[in-house]
Amino acid sequence: MIKKFDKKDEESGSGSNPFQHLEKSAVLQEARIFNETPINPRRCLHILTKIIYLLNQGEHFGTTEATEAFFAMTRLFQSNDQTLRRMCYLTIKEMANISEDVIIVTSSLTKDMTGKEDVYRGPAIRALCRITDTTMLQAIERYMKQAIVDKVPSVSSSALVSSLHMVKMSYDVVKRWVNEAQEAASSDNIMVQYHALGLLYHLRKNDRLAVSKMLNKFTKSGLKSPFAYCMLIRIASKLLEETEGGHDSPLFDFIESCLRNKNEMVVYEAASAIVHMPNCTARELAPAVSVLQLFCSSPKAALRYAAVRTLNKVAMKHPSAVTACNLDLENLITDSNRSIATLAITTLLKTGSESSVDRLMKQISSFVSEISDEFKVVVVQAISALCQKYPRKHSVMMNFLSNMLRDDGGFEYKRAIVDCIISIIEENPESKETGLAHLCEFIEDCEHTVLATKILHLLGKEGPRTPSPSKYIRFIFNRVVLESEAVRAAAVSALAKFGAQNDDLLPSVLVLMQRCMMDSDDEVRDRATFYMNVLQQKQKALNAAYIFNGLSVSIPGLEKSLHQYTLEPSEKPFDMKTVPLATTPITEQKTEIAPVATSKLPEKLAPSRQDIYQEQLASIPEFQGLGPLFKSSEPVQLTEAETEYVVRCIKHTFTRHMVFQFDCTNTLNDQLLQKVVVQMEPSEAYEVLHYIPAPSLPYSQPGSCYSLVRLPDDDPTAVSCTFSCTMKYLVRDCDPNTGEPDDDGYDDEYVLEDLEVTVADHIQKVLKPNFSAAWEEVGDDFEKEETFALASVRTLDEAVGNIISFLGMQPCERSDKVPENKNSHVLFLAGVFRGGNDVLVRARLALGDGVTMQVTVRSGDETAVDVILASVG
Amino acid sequence: MDEAHPEPSLYTVKAVFILDNDGNRLLSKYYDPELYPSMKEQKNFERNVFNKTHKADNEIAFLEGMTIVYKSSIDLFFYVVGSAQENELMLMSVLNCLFDSLSQILRKNVERRCLLDNMDGVFLVVDEIIDGGVILESDPQQVLQKVNYRVTDQSDRFTCQSSLICSSQVIQSLSAAL
Repeated sequence: MIKKFDKKDEESGSGSNPFQHLEKSAVLQEARIFNETPINPRRCLHILTKIIYLLNQGEHFGTTEATEAFFAMTRLFQSNDQTLRRMCYLTIKEMANISEDVIIVTSSLTKDMTGKEDVYRGPAIRALCRITDTTMLQAIERYMKQAIVDKVPSVSSSALVSSLHMVKMSYDVVKRWVNEAQEAASSDNIMVQYHALGLLYHLRKNDRLAVSKMLNKFTKSGLKSPFAYCMLIRIASKLLEETEGGHDSPLFDFIESCLRNKNEMVVYEAASAIVHMPNCTARELAPAVSVLQLFCSSPKAALRYAAVRTLNKVAMKHPSAVTACNLDLENLITDSNRSIATLAITTLLKTGSESSVDRLMKQISSFVSEISDEFKVVVVQAISALCQKYPRKHSVMMNFLSNMLRDDGGFEYKRAIVDCIISIIEENPESKETGLAHLCEFIEDCEHTVLATKILHLLGKEGPRTPSPSKYIRFIFNRVVLESEAVRAAAVSALAKFGAQNDDLLPSVLVLMQRCMMDSDDEVRDRATFYMNVLQQKQKALNAAYIFNGLSVSIPGLEKSLHQYTLEPSEKPFDMKTVPLATTPITEQKTEIAPVATSKLPEKLAPSRQDIYQEQLASIPEFQGLGPLFKSSEPVQLTEAETEYVVRCIKHTFTRHMVFQFDCTNTLNDQLLQKVVVQMEPSEAYEVLHYIPAPSLPYSQPGSCYSLVRLPDDDPTAVSCTFSCTMKYLVRDCDPNTGEPDDDGYDDEYVLEDLEVTVADHIQKVLKPNFSAAWEEVGDDFEKEETFALASVRTLDEAVGNIISFLGMQPCERSDKVPENKNSHVLFLAGVFRGGNDVLVRARLALGDGVTMQVTVRSGDETAVDVILASVG
Repeated sequence: MDEAHPEPSLYTVKAVFILDNDGNRLLSKYYDPELYPSMKEQKNFERNVFNKTHKADNEIAFLEGMTIVYKSSIDLFFYVVGSAQENELMLMSVLNCLFDSLSQILRKNVERRCLLDNMDGVFLVVDEIIDGGVILESDPQQVLQKVNYRVTDQSDRFTCQSSLICSSQVIQSLSAAL
């Protein structure tokens, strides 16, 4: 029997759920009454509600049963009961994907959408668009256009929003409705305005000029809808960012004027947009910050939350701009909404003075267990920033962090803590031992493989250099006994580093290593055997090369080279020096802690930029036989911005040659360029071998031409050279609208800026995690030393920066950071010179009247040493 | 500051759901097909949100990278979910509109039993406020007008039912008092 709401049901208590024990099959059985005549609207309505309820609960409907129910439902269109009809629309939308042949209701819906009942028209449009595909859309196009400009707001809104949903599928059809949407945008109804604006923007967002015109129009006309204002602010700030428009642009003025809007939603949107703009000055921020300050004392929790969250962002870049709000923030640290309290405290930690740190930390520890992981990460980030600002506070922080580390929490949270501790250790040598001790304790009971291996790696790097390295061995070896393969392998590598660095530990390490050789996992056994054999040699150079400093080659490059080698076996052993180097060495700098909203996408191992270039260049026949690509420079602009032609150059260095890749863009829509080459006149003994022209450059489609240059053989120290460049090409005028070129053209040329090749183009950065080991490994066969005076440099920081950028080498051991208030500093740089020899530089700097620099260079090859000294001089 | 500007778009609402005071789903709609595509993930998320929010009436929370605004009434919890970059006040206006519209339809009896008895009205209200993640209407009066319970047949049914509930509640509370 049909379950009905009767009196008995009602009185059976308010706790029961009339839908609780619904059976799908029973409900579908009931649906048969749809076929009864006359239709009983009340009962049918109740059954439809049950079906939608079941679908909403996640009940699975098979295609056959869904189709059956759907077809029965179509009969209900005969009834004129309004609610029943509306529920039919909902059922159509819910079943659109599970039932077959839903398009049979098209004509009924089309009738309702164009009918006299305004109540039906809007919902009918939305239901119809849900079941329509591109071909059918064209059939109802006429009705849609009429609906968009209909004078009934609900009809117009429904049509606009449905069109927006259809854009993804049928862009070309919806695009034709721009004029109607334009008309709707001037409607008096605020929602219609908003929806029309949204659709217009979506259709035009790839055409910057059209977006700009649209903004111009709407910002002047003054919309009534606060939603539409928010949308305009977002469009304006996106456009500002893309065009890199200055803050004197009318768009910025518009956003700023919205700070005075009477609707809080708009004011907040504008403030948030200003705060998120890159390169905003403190003065430009001030009005935004002061409205946020007002919001801090709002009775609405959402508004307080929004304000303090945004202020927290400001504090990351401009702590001083937020100081004015400190009093308001203080009031929020006891807010009953813990999210607000947490954000307030972390903001204060960024803006407040050193003396308030202890008090704030105490406050936050009182409720840290109540807040969600996301906010715990925010707290950890604040602590991390604080440690950089007030290094003396690291003991308080370390204590707090170790307590947090012991609490329950997800991976992201734990990772943030571990990263923070690691960065504290790196910044403050005196905190190293406590930090390592906390981490050791953590890995004793750590379920996250990634974190355990990361910490083991750190222990291997830092542990051997502490005063009592032996105490870490126990923690590391425990991992070998207890953990999964990946962790065991990492533990073996860490152990090897202790053995290599500390002679007195070596015998014990060898014993442990011996045990690891019996491990059940291949990788662990292989590593143990390998390290065992290296360690037994007791040679510093071997230890440095194979234990401390790993491979610095690009992994995809190595894979490709090895594959190539197996394809063409030769007598010669495989040479590691032929493998391209990794372009972005694993930075020793503090890893950026991910923002609060971490994307859930897994990280993909993308081929590096250089691997891509290598591939591109290898496909050009003239460049085969140049050997592996050694280094690709950052693009150098050879034209001013906003000129007729835009040209930038990327310098590719090979063992004996250089290839210059010119990326050219033609910005004139009435010209087609053909046979484009860049002619180069070298100042030194460089020889241009080949020009490879870009066959044709149509308007705004970038193309590349190349020049191949041989480096001088007789004088290997000639590393720098200046080229004067001229772009030569054949111009064919063409019709700007159709792009149809004239039959004949004429030769023309365009002078570009000079291109410099410097010593940095010949050296690839390589990170040596243990510089002193590498220094010993290279040895002093070709060591040279010279002293220079840098008269024009005022500070050590500046000197360090200049040297790094000039030589293009990788600073090691965090020596690029000059401690404060020091008069001398040692900078360690590592790199590989063209040809594959390591080059190491030790620069001792002393600050006196200007900076004095003593440079010591070591390399396996004398030329490299000479080149560096000659170029520094 | 890696969090970029919100992309200009009308797709504001990621999800909306109504739970009872045991955290069971009474109604829920997910508008972003990439967010929790499976029913299991959705219910997990709802459970997680419920656990974090049902104790304190704090209006706003941030969970699993999502901004969530919420409101409770007797034994019901109403949630509106948006992205981390979303304007919190926009989400609030959706939540308020949903709550006020339902409150009027249910004749101020915003509680579980009454809501379940008028489930068709609830479905229709949600449908008029949000369409595929786009805010369709934010004014409760407009929503009521569009859902349109005509005084003659429809609203009659609701008045009758809700008054029934009222009376049954009165009886219950009276008997409890006795």
